[in-house]
Amino acid sequence: MAKELLKGNHAFAEAAIRAGVEAFYGYPITPSTEFLEYMSSRLPSLGRAFVQAESEVAAINMVYGAACTGKRVMTASSSPGISLMMEGISYIAGTEVPAVVVNVMRGGPGLGNIAPSQGDYYQMVKGGGHGDYFPIVLAPASVQEAIDYIALAFDLAEKYRSIVHVIVDGNMGQMMEPAELPPMREIPDQVPDWAVSGAKGREPNILTSIYIDPEDEEVTNLRLLKRWKEIEKNEVLYDEFLLDDAEILLIGFGTAGRVASSAIREAREGGIKAGLLRPITLAPFPQDRLIELTKQVKRILVIEMNSGMMLDDVMKFVQGKVPVEFYGRMGGVTPLPDEILDEIKRIAENTAPALNDPRDEWISRLEDKILGDK
Amino acid sequence: MAVTGWIKVDDLYCKGCALCIEACPQDVLRLNMDRLTPKGYHPAQMIEETCTGCGICAVICPDAAITVYREKPEKKAGGKSSG
Amino acid sequence: MVTTTAEVVYQRPEAFTDVHTHYCPGCTHGIAHRLIAEVIDEMGLREKTIGVAPVGCSVFAYKYFNMDFVEAAHGRAPAMATGIKRVLPNNTVFTYQGDGDLASIGMAEIMHAAVRGENITVIFINNAIYGMTGGQMAPTTLQGMKTTSSPFGRDVELAGYPVRMSEILATVDGAGYIVRRSLHNAANIRKSKKAIRLAFEAQERGLGFSMVELLSSCPTNWKMSAQEALEFVAEEMVPVFPLGDYKVSSALESLKV
Repeated sequence: MAKELLKGNHAFAEAAIRAGVEAFYGYPITPSTEFLEYMSSRLPSLGRAFVQAESEVAAINMVYGAACTGKRVMTASSSPGISLMMEGISYIAGTEVPAVVVNVMRGGPGLGNIAPSQGDYYQMVKGGGHGDYFPIVLAPASVQEAIDYIALAFDLAEKYRSIVHVIVDGNMGQMMEPAELPPMREIPDQVPDWAVSGAKGREPNILTSIYIDPEDEEVTNLRLLKRWKEIEKNEVLYDEFLLDDAEILLIGFGTAGRVASSAIREAREGGIKAGLLRPITLAPFPQDRLIELTKQVKRILVIEMNSGMMLDDVMKFVQGKVPVEFYGRMGGVTPLPDEILDEIKRIAENTAPALNDPRDEWISRLEDKILGDK
Repeated sequence: MAVTGWIKVDDLYCKGCALCIEACPQDVLRLNMDRLTPKGYHPAQMIEETCTGCGICAVICPDAAITVYREKPEKKAGGKSSG
Repeated sequence: MVTTTAEVVYQRPEAFTDVHTHYCPGCTHGIAHRLIAEVIDEMGLREKTIGVAPVGCSVFAYKYFNMDFVEAAHGRAPAMATGIKRVLPNNTVFTYQGDGDLASIGMAEIMHAAVRGENITVIFINNAIYGMTGGQMAPTTLQGMKTTSSPFGRDVELAGYPVRMSEILATVDGAGYIVRRSLHNAANIRKSKKAIRLAFEAQERGLGFSMVELLSSCPTNWKMSAQEALEFVAEEMVPVFPLGDYKVSSALESLKV
């Protein structure tokens, strides 16, 4: 298939359709709304299910229902809507049925704004919903990656009977880039053994997340945990840029990773040996690769569009072996390559020991930068 | 001739709620206070012969514990039923 | 000489599993469950039915029915049923919900399932109290009724009046069959069964959203005997929640069941 110029949300939606999604249930919220609108015209024309639900609460519960039938189902929303979905997400995880949730992240907390951010890292990666469950989280950084990873999301969801989050920010939802869509996947006739479809010629299937005896619940919790361990072993994805001889390791995902790449290119021209580790699976985190890199690099700079969330995970794996610094923009502000280049230059000369909280110095620099004239 | 009916109460399900006893129009049911079901309830039982097999007890039973039977006259080929 | 054979007038429905239920003695959940099982047996729907269980005393409803079942979050059963019915339109999908599930936390979901005219069937168990959590006030609790969260009796100044869901949902164009019945005696139970039958017929015929509201008892939390509780339904609840047909699609009126 040839490359064409595609707009983020539309491309992601079409990619989901090509991957065989049979139902989309959602609610309008900027900057994810185009996903819903695209689905509203495309799905009925294919005889598949589309409902604009009365709220995100209802939408995720419709997703939960359809997930129980074993068919591919998804929703797309943005940060405040995702918060509303957390109960349903926990139920989907607890019932062990597959579903894909796309979060086009925006500024927050609260109503925030509609500008791009990465402020839902904790919410998406650490659970967000109640209880012991472990979502798989994919963070594409381009329209092509989003197309590829939405298809992967469905495969992983089915393989592990898990909830899979695909998280992008508002930039990605709106940007237009050349990309290629895959061919249409044929929808299989068979549904999984565990699915509900009417108990004809078999014992009834019961899909529930209630285990009223704690001992039974613990068995389930252990099963989910062991499955997570398998996922950690098998499904890690990341990208590397100019890491072979890197002395300064930048770590960023999604748009932050992309912007960092531009800065790194310029830094290299100036002779600074910077490189990028860009996690594509935020959960499971590419911890083994990161730990390996701590033997090679001299300093780490984490770039995020939030107050330092992936930062905590990086610190956990680095365990103080290499000083870690942080640069972030919040509130829906997207960092530009020159800002990051300035940081790389500053770090190239910085031999100060590591701080307890890399945020501390960053906060005062940021304060000067954004409040300096006020 | 009045129809003869009778009921069987399943110990596995009966919870001794006594709704059938209250509902029975022939007043033929009582709780059996001499015995307990495996779950520890006094089950309902038929104590009179005047059950008509109307089924009201089964309609009101929340546990579907009651099976209701009725005598049905069997026709013999070529003969007339009497009575 | 007349010989007789035994004719079975009534026996346990097939669609019921062989399980002793956890419901309190005399609880009308059992009656409602039984009626649904009987209707599903009579209509031959067992193998294509998917039930959606609520959160409430009947959270374990799936243990008692011999058919595919899923467990919804509190109040969300109509949304879950929508999700299922839209991808499996040829299956029979029903929800079974209490008054907290349907009329409190699930108010948005039930309204919009009706608004969309979802071809699902809802069995609404209205016993004017929250059973599972120990007897708190429900949106349908009667004025002056004492519950653990309205210890001085429901004060309509502060908590409003009990809500009448059948009347409200009947105003929605997408609804095809909305009726209220009661389970307080055999005659009314028989009428309830007929209503449940028509509700499932409405679904089979694609006539829109169908709901049967069943006035029910809660002997334990009302602190009454099972029989007293049924009398309370007849004497106190029926006047507040009048029995009747609130919306009946014309295609159902001529149906003989």
